Amino acid sequence: MDLQPFVQWLEGTAGSTAIRESTLLYPIIETTHVLMLCLFLGMIAMLDLRLAGLGLRGVPVSEVAGRLLPWALTGFAFMAISGMLLFYSGPVRAASNIFFRIKMILIVLTGINAVLFHFTIYKRVADWDCDPTPPTRARLAGWFSLLLWCAVVICGRMQAYNWFDKGTR
Amino acid sequence: MDLLPLFKWFEATTIGTVVRESLWLFPVIQCVHLLALSMLGGSVLLMDLRLMGFGLLTQPIAELASKVHPWLKGSLVAIIATGVPMFLSEAIKCYYSPPFWYKMGLLVLATSFAFTIRKKVLASECQSLWRWLTALISLALWTGVAFSGRWIAFY
Repeated sequence: MDLQPFVQWLEGTAGSTAIRESTLLYPIIETTHVLMLCLFLGMIAMLDLRLAGLGLRGVPVSEVAGRLLPWALTGFAFMAISGMLLFYSGPVRAASNIFFRIKMILIVLTGINAVLFHFTIYKRVADWDCDPTPPTRARLAGWFSLLLWCAVVICGRMQAYNWFDKGTR
Repeated sequence: MDLLPLFKWFEATTIGTVVRESLWLFPVIQCVHLLALSMLGGSVLLMDLRLMGFGLLTQPIAELASKVHPWLKGSLVAIIATGVPMFLSEAIKCYYSPPFWYKMGLLVLATSFAFTIRKKVLASECQSLWRWLTALISLALWTGVAFSGRWIAFY
């Protein structure tokens, strides 16, 4: 499937040009994206550390998940909206960027990891809720999530550099 | 007092030069800085939310604070350790950047607040009004640090 005509059309729309050429809009959207990272990844990391047996030991896992995930999901919503706006401001370059592509795949993988966790070992959370070190399956889910999200952040940051852009170097 | 000569010296340091002349070093350090930011943000938020009556409510504040404190300190060390070489590599640019000076001022305020008043509030049984106020000031200060930090790239 060739996305090129679509991203070129997208880049030509008025909104895309407006964000790209605004001195304030782009920085504000990008800052929102970074600030919401604290809310989203900060909360996710706390849950992951608890699952990995590294942090918040002794706090029931169901409480950490139940109480922190709503905050994390709120952060995710803001990240997704600001992220889409950032993409919208320069879709041609983003779509061809290797880091952007890897980042999108990694985000899908984090989703699969989360869904697998919730529908398998988390179903039996009552059995291990207060264990300082959760069972292997849960620890693995925590570690996968931590590593995948770190990689997502790294790809997101690297996307701004033009090492592999065609024709810019 | 003119600090420009000092900032020129910062920029000429070995670390500053190595980071500036490398293609990969600055972005890699930036990534670690961002990851440490997430962790710092998480540690700060978890306790500030708790002070405001959200989040892990069944946990006693002081106990939760002692569990979160090592992550706060660790991420603060990591974020400063990565921030310093980035600063050294472009010290003169920072000298002329207003957001840089706001960030440094807010950083001093935020860390001193975290390790004095906020630490006391987390360890004591004070009224909820004071807890609210403490959390609000903490959140405002750290948001200011991150916000102005991001704007060094723009101004």
